[in-house]
Amino acid sequence: MEQQLQLLKEEALKKIQDASTVKELNDVRVAYLGKKGPITDLLKGMGKLPAEERPKMGALVNVVREAVTESLETRMTLLEEEAINVQLEKEAIDVTLPGRPIQTGNHHPLTRVVEEIEDFFISMGYEIAEGPEVEKDYYNFEALNLPKGHPARDMQDSFYISEEVLLRTHTSPVQARTMEAKGGEAIKIICPGKVYRRDNDDATHSHQFTQIEGLVVGENIKMSDLKGTLDLFAKKMFGAEREIRLRPSFFPFTEPSVEMDISCFKCGGDGCNVCKKTGWIEILGAGMVHPNVLRMAGYDPSAVTGFAFGMGPERIAMLKYGVEDIRHFYTNDIRFISQFHRSEA
Amino acid sequence: MLVSTKWLNEYVNIKGIKPEDLAERITRSGIEVDSIIDRSHGMTNVVVGYVKECVKHPEADKLNICQVDVGEETTQIICGAPNVAQGQKVIVARPGAVLPGGMKIKKAKLRGEESNGMICSLQELGIEGKLVAKAYAEGIYVLPQDTIPGENALPLLGLDDTVLEFDLTPNRSDALSMLGVAYEVGAILSQGIALPKIEYKESEEKAEDVLKLRVDATTDNPMYVAKVVKNIKVAESPLWLQNYLMAAGVRPHNNVVDITNYVLMEYGQPLHAFDYDRLETGEIVVRHAEEGEMITTLDDVERKLNQHNLVITNGSEPVAIAGVMGGANSEVHDGTTTVVIESAYFAPSSVRRTSKEVGLRSDASTRFEKGVDPNRVQEAAERAAQLMAELAGGEVLSGSVTFDELDKTAERITISPDYINNRLGMKISMDDMLAILERLRIPTEAVNGQLVIDAPTRRQDLKIKEDIIEEIARMYGYDEIPKTLPVSESTPGGLTPYQAKRRIVRQYLEGAGLYQAITYSLTSKEHAQEYALETAPVTQLLMPMSEDRSTLRQSLIPHLLEATTYNVARRIDSVALYETGSVFLGEEEDGLPREVEHVAAVLTGKWVDHAWQGETKKVDFFVAKGIVEGMMERLGLAEGLSFEKASITGMHPGRTANILLKGERIGLIGQIHPTEQKKRDLKETYVMELNLEHILSVDTEELLYSPVPRFPSISRDIALVVESETSAGILETIIRQAGGKLLKDVKLFDLYEGENVENGKKSLAFSLTYFDPERTLTDEEVVKAHEKVLKALTVEADAQLRG
Repeated sequence: MEQQLQLLKEEALKKIQDASTVKELNDVRVAYLGKKGPITDLLKGMGKLPAEERPKMGALVNVVREAVTESLETRMTLLEEEAINVQLEKEAIDVTLPGRPIQTGNHHPLTRVVEEIEDFFISMGYEIAEGPEVEKDYYNFEALNLPKGHPARDMQDSFYISEEVLLRTHTSPVQARTMEAKGGEAIKIICPGKVYRRDNDDATHSHQFTQIEGLVVGENIKMSDLKGTLDLFAKKMFGAEREIRLRPSFFPFTEPSVEMDISCFKCGGDGCNVCKKTGWIEILGAGMVHPNVLRMAGYDPSAVTGFAFGMGPERIAMLKYGVEDIRHFYTNDIRFISQFHRSEA
Repeated sequence: MLVSTKWLNEYVNIKGIKPEDLAERITRSGIEVDSIIDRSHGMTNVVVGYVKECVKHPEADKLNICQVDVGEETTQIICGAPNVAQGQKVIVARPGAVLPGGMKIKKAKLRGEESNGMICSLQELGIEGKLVAKAYAEGIYVLPQDTIPGENALPLLGLDDTVLEFDLTPNRSDALSMLGVAYEVGAILSQGIALPKIEYKESEEKAEDVLKLRVDATTDNPMYVAKVVKNIKVAESPLWLQNYLMAAGVRPHNNVVDITNYVLMEYGQPLHAFDYDRLETGEIVVRHAEEGEMITTLDDVERKLNQHNLVITNGSEPVAIAGVMGGANSEVHDGTTTVVIESAYFAPSSVRRTSKEVGLRSDASTRFEKGVDPNRVQEAAERAAQLMAELAGGEVLSGSVTFDELDKTAERITISPDYINNRLGMKISMDDMLAILERLRIPTEAVNGQLVIDAPTRRQDLKIKEDIIEEIARMYGYDEIPKTLPVSESTPGGLTPYQAKRRIVRQYLEGAGLYQAITYSLTSKEHAQEYALETAPVTQLLMPMSEDRSTLRQSLIPHLLEATTYNVARRIDSVALYETGSVFLGEEEDGLPREVEHVAAVLTGKWVDHAWQGETKKVDFFVAKGIVEGMMERLGLAEGLSFEKASITGMHPGRTANILLKGERIGLIGQIHPTEQKKRDLKETYVMELNLEHILSVDTEELLYSPVPRFPSISRDIALVVESETSAGILETIIRQAGGKLLKDVKLFDLYEGENVENGKKSLAFSLTYFDPERTLTDEEVVKAHEKVLKALTVEADAQLRG
């Protein structure tokens, strides 16, 4: 009986080793350890043995059964692993194949620049003011200290609709309208929008372009406030290392008037092709609101003062992104617009 | 304005200052220096030569063989200029010289003859042809006889000079003169300036004895000064004078004309010289022209005048257009002996108008237009008389013939230092302010702690306190202004709800795959109303630059289609663009059109393009519609949104819809009519345009959470066969109405026409979801609700239920 057991064990272990698939191995399990298997038979046959031999034989059968079970489990783990590996190999893909694109569009570069400027000034407590693109001569010129007959308001340079109505030539009429509407209250606004001038379209001119202006009116607004505001703006827009400088200039609606240069963001001020070797780049015009402008809008220039500034998003975009021709902004070539897809922090 | 530093140095000492440094200081304190021009262009080896002998080249008709004394030797030079001749003093570029065009002078052989250099024209030395006196315009330049062979020619020609080009703002017309520039530079450098000394001998004879003057148009001509100079010898001006004029961008003519131009440049006061004898009448009358009166100006163009144009006449006919250009009939010529010098104040508006009307802008008119210094009118006439005596041998008759009603008083401005400092945010002392005004030669007195300023008339830009603030600030230096921020009640800032929602729309559309376009507002009259959502009159320009940009658009679609064609023509087959922008409708009461902001989009080509996994999908109506639905859903407006089939010009009759919000039309959507597509070289293209202002102005309900379902929902599917014309929208409405409040959702999941479905009919399948937030629905409840739906469909839509 012992011998029989030993034979059985060896035979089982061999079959276990010979099994090459999970299914074959399961067949082996059923064959040897199943209810109808030889080991069960042996255990059933124990009753025929003398009582004193039973414990010994029982233990022996259990040892054999455990040995077979253990071997079976080991083999099973191995075969399962192999099976998984085969499966995984079958499932392998070429990870260099292109992904399914998530097609998204993006802002026009001018909107990108305008929103960046808007957001900076919003953080400084400004509101966004907008106004009509077809404007009255009064708001576009007269209210801005450009009376009729002023050389800077040549019919040739503006798109007139009638004697008194034209396509606005700057966003400044929004300032005039806002002041008039606020009736003497303090103001902090940014005015972005489309403007129009009677220019032939070429690499640097466009009959339609964009402007963004700012206006602050209140008690004790000083030129140093203008300088401090523009300095923060330049650093936010063009980099923390930027320096600004103001140069005297002339605009009919401000006095004193200045132009602001920033230290060149390409060369840092050493001189390069972007700054035309000067180290400085002209970015915007600004000044203290002319007393006539305040007066016409119903403010008392002896009690309140203000500053204003204005710039061209086209110019800023051209400088920032190295765009060489203003017409790119208006041809709407997707190969151009899509280059501004990336977000910048 | 071109400023010769050599000339400037006659009034203010700028020796020892590098032109670049000077330019920088001028720019920083108020006048932008646009460019710095080195007139020598780095030339060397350019000397005076004496043509000892000049014979024709035996082998070449147009060449001359010249023996030229160049100081250290006499050398042979071949010269092709028609005007070269023996006995001339000429400019010789010797071997080794490099001329401004880059030409290197080397010894050479021309048709077998040796040539050791080149005899030069002024153009070859870098002077613009239009500035070269007519006598030398077509050949070499001939120097005066008193020049010495071998002498460096550059200083003789004033080419050892640097010119600063000023970009003047309109307020700084004071710097349209060398004296004005001298005042400015003197102030910048804290230096005194030397004004010209005017001294000359007058003859016994009085000017008023030979010339009568009458001014009829006293408003447009409040001051007129005439001086008479006799016994003039018209000749070439001395070299220094010609050099200064050329440096200033003025072409030399003869001494008389050159002197008037020189004084114009020096004082900023335009002058005119008449030939006294050609005036014929011994009289000058200033009046407005008669309508249609004619004059031939100095440039030999006959011009027709109108009654606004101010003219100088000899009592009967015009001899000059005042302040703009002289007449040919009274022009100074080689034989002129007596000259009338005119120095006047012509009203800026009058000159501006006339200059524009006759289409002539001159150095004179640009200065009159800005207003010349009333206190220099007389002085400039004297200066010219002096120079005519000195340089043209003239005899100046005593006195002037004058009409003068011009106000020459200075503007008085009183301002306190505190006012200045408060506006600037600085603390400049009164003494520093006084010192700055002193440097600028602006007469100022300190009275009771106030600055009392008499703004000089040469500075027409100084009128109000703020103008003085600017003077102080720019001279003190803008770099010295501190950086502060406005101290005021802090305001929250931010976008209005409208502006914020507009940004949401843009972000949504970009997230949906569209790129933002910006197109022109101006279009042609023909296209202005295409695809417009409203019918309104068009708004047109008075003076368009072209018919294509003559009228304001009433729809964004035409230009978006144009942009699409542009892209497609460049082989970008799939285009998805949107734009937000104004359209311009009709004319309101106040003369302005109604501006309404719209949003529009155009789609063509592939929508999904992922070919290697077999996923590609062309844009169709439902892609476009889905974008609109998604946008409205994002704005909280999905509820009231509906679409109804529409017929719109330029659109596909079967694939176009009006977009309605709560029954009101807010936009259109659909495919462009195939004929239009073809015209624009487009394939299947879809567009949409919505009244953005309307959408963004609708009040939406506040966003409130509703509990996440705790009870299961139950789904039932229905398959129906209906007439082909019955729209899915109607069926859905019937289902929703019949389903009652237990019916939560209806979804179309299948649409079929063709085999197994009767001709003229179609099959649709909907999935209905029933749900009660309070409890689990029983089967009976659902069956009851569902049967109501089925009944309604059968009755209202004549629907047959399928298997």
